[in-house]
Amino acid sequence: MVEKKAETLLSADNLTCIREERILFDELSFDIQAGEIVQIEGPNGAGKTSLLRILAGLSRPYAGRVNFKDEDITRCRDEFNDDLLYLGHLAGVKSELTAEENLNFNLRISGYDDFDTRGILEKVNLSGFEEALAGHLSAGQHRRTALARLWNTNCKLWLLDEPFTAIDKKGVEELEHLFLSHANNGGCVIMTTHQDMSIIGDDILRKIKLDYRFV
Amino acid sequence: MKKGLSFRQAFFTLLKRDLQIAVRHKGDIFNPLLFFVLVVTLFPLGIGPEPQVLSRVAPGIIWVAALLASMLSLERLFKADFVDGSLEQMLLSPQPLPLMVLAKVLAHWLLTGVPLILVAPLLAVLLHLETNSYGALMATLALGTPVLSLLGAIGVALTVGLRKGGVLLSLLILPLYIPVLIFATSAIDAAGLNLPYDGQLAIIAAMLVGSLTLAPFAIGASLRVSTN
Amino acid sequence: MWKWLHSYADPERAYKLAGKLLPWFSAIALGMIGVGSIWGLMFAPVDYQQGDSYRIIFIHVPAASMSMSAYMAMASSAFIGLVWQIKAADWAAAAIAPVGAVLTFIALITGATWGKPMWGTWWVWDARLTSELVLLFLYLGVISLYAAFEDKVLAARAAGILAIVGVINIPIIKYSVEWWNSLHQPATIKITEESSMPMEMLAPLLINILGFGVMIGAITLVRFRAEILARNGMRPWVRELAKAEGVK
Repeated sequence: MVEKKAETLLSADNLTCIREERILFDELSFDIQAGEIVQIEGPNGAGKTSLLRILAGLSRPYAGRVNFKDEDITRCRDEFNDDLLYLGHLAGVKSELTAEENLNFNLRISGYDDFDTRGILEKVNLSGFEEALAGHLSAGQHRRTALARLWNTNCKLWLLDEPFTAIDKKGVEELEHLFLSHANNGGCVIMTTHQDMSIIGDDILRKIKLDYRFV
Repeated sequence: MKKGLSFRQAFFTLLKRDLQIAVRHKGDIFNPLLFFVLVVTLFPLGIGPEPQVLSRVAPGIIWVAALLASMLSLERLFKADFVDGSLEQMLLSPQPLPLMVLAKVLAHWLLTGVPLILVAPLLAVLLHLETNSYGALMATLALGTPVLSLLGAIGVALTVGLRKGGVLLSLLILPLYIPVLIFATSAIDAAGLNLPYDGQLAIIAAMLVGSLTLAPFAIGASLRVSTN
Repeated sequence: MWKWLHSYADPERAYKLAGKLLPWFSAIALGMIGVGSIWGLMFAPVDYQQGDSYRIIFIHVPAASMSMSAYMAMASSAFIGLVWQIKAADWAAAAIAPVGAVLTFIALITGATWGKPMWGTWWVWDARLTSELVLLFLYLGVISLYAAFEDKVLAARAAGILAIVGVINIPIIKYSVEWWNSLHQPATIKITEESSMPMEMLAPLLINILGFGVMIGAITLVRFRAEILARNGMRPWVRELAKAEGVK
């Protein structure tokens, strides 16, 4: 086992997010250490996805900043992107390409040049579908094609928006195991989800709550 | 699991993917081309078939049609990637964004610009273009259409997140196309009169160099706003 | 420059500063345009070639020259907003755009009106008129892009990028249009031949040009203040302001 260090990977510093003249959250601050699994909680429309996108550097907060290892992410974007794996609702799977081509492209564009595509697809139960166009896959298989990247990455920071959508029970368990081993290896997972997890209990999971705010 | 992909490899990976997708989606290549041919055939019907009149206006017609076709085809440049989330992944990849953008624009130009250049001489025949002008027509299209793609991509990047981007796009980018239009048509006119036209070509080439160096940054910045 | 800019990046301070500047700008603009226009339209001598119709230059020339300066101001402001990520600068750019567009439109209309007695036609493809028309399109592009976004913070950033792209292109467009014009219409009448303009005509013209510049500033300040209020409607300081003004 790797010794858990209390290294702060990502910190939110007074984040304010305003969408269509409505304040989603105001002066939100928190630190996320290596080894943590964090769930962002809140009702629909509370700004969970917005927060995740701000943390990933895709959206710019109305005020405040996000720090990666104590440096503003807009100032160290290359370094930050090198250690970041973000999967949104739609994770960039092209329906015109096969599962294998999709994974191959996604990994290469993230900078990897040496990997075993078929082996990874086997791990997400897509053996036999390597040559199938992603557009012909079921919703769950489509999602797995996107999630396959998690099995071949050395990024420390995982930001996942509803990773369990359309995944069956067994698949969810496999993902949970993966998250745990990632956290134990000094990484961290920040995700939103509405699904209950069976393996990652409340003692491990850290929750960040967002409330729906009127006005 | 090491990261060892060079910038050049990343560039060609993206280029290859875009070409691959386009090959499986052939309508994207042929529709703008068909539009180009159709618009050009409308002009003789509109202004009469006299060869003298047609050959006088041929450079302008071909170039205006090329501008419109280029703009029309550009609309889809980032749309699919925006809708399925690939664009976000591109913005978050550790590869430099201007380089990624350039690969996409190049793929797009290879698929829509090059066929347009190849079809142009046929249309020139239909419009009775002066025989001396063919070289100039091809040269200006070869140098000018990449400029159109690069400038147009800025407008596309700015409007990709909007639901009704179509008409707005033309307002954003057609004014920027004016210099290319002016120098390209005058080069063709000059060639028709057996005058030298290398000055005009040099200016279009300069515009190409300028837009190659600056546009990718503007496109990248625009994409960051659009995906916000 | 840096520090100074950043202290006014805060919307509340920017709003208050704009409020302090506004009366000065308005008073100077009114004074200069009043003096310039009355002098130019009523007291300046009659032109021996064009008669009284030349007097339209006291509106046309200031509008035309300031329409370009307004674009430059808009683009500079957008550039500050883009590089230093100051939202107030983006809003300032968005506030200038419609003012510049209206001036460009005025320049086009007065140019065409002047063209009628001079050339006997409303429109000629003169280099300056054509450039001005393209400038109007560039302005309209920025305005429509701003209008198309629902999130106005994003809208201002997008419009800012377009303004910067436009400002790089303006010299190229201007040069190409002038070149195109010289190619197709050798030796046409130039709109303004004021090289030999007497002092009694030049002075009110210059006063009006400066006056128009200050007027753009004043109108922009009004729009800028409105923009800040609209973007910060949910902020406590705006609410207090609204209460103080007695608005519910």
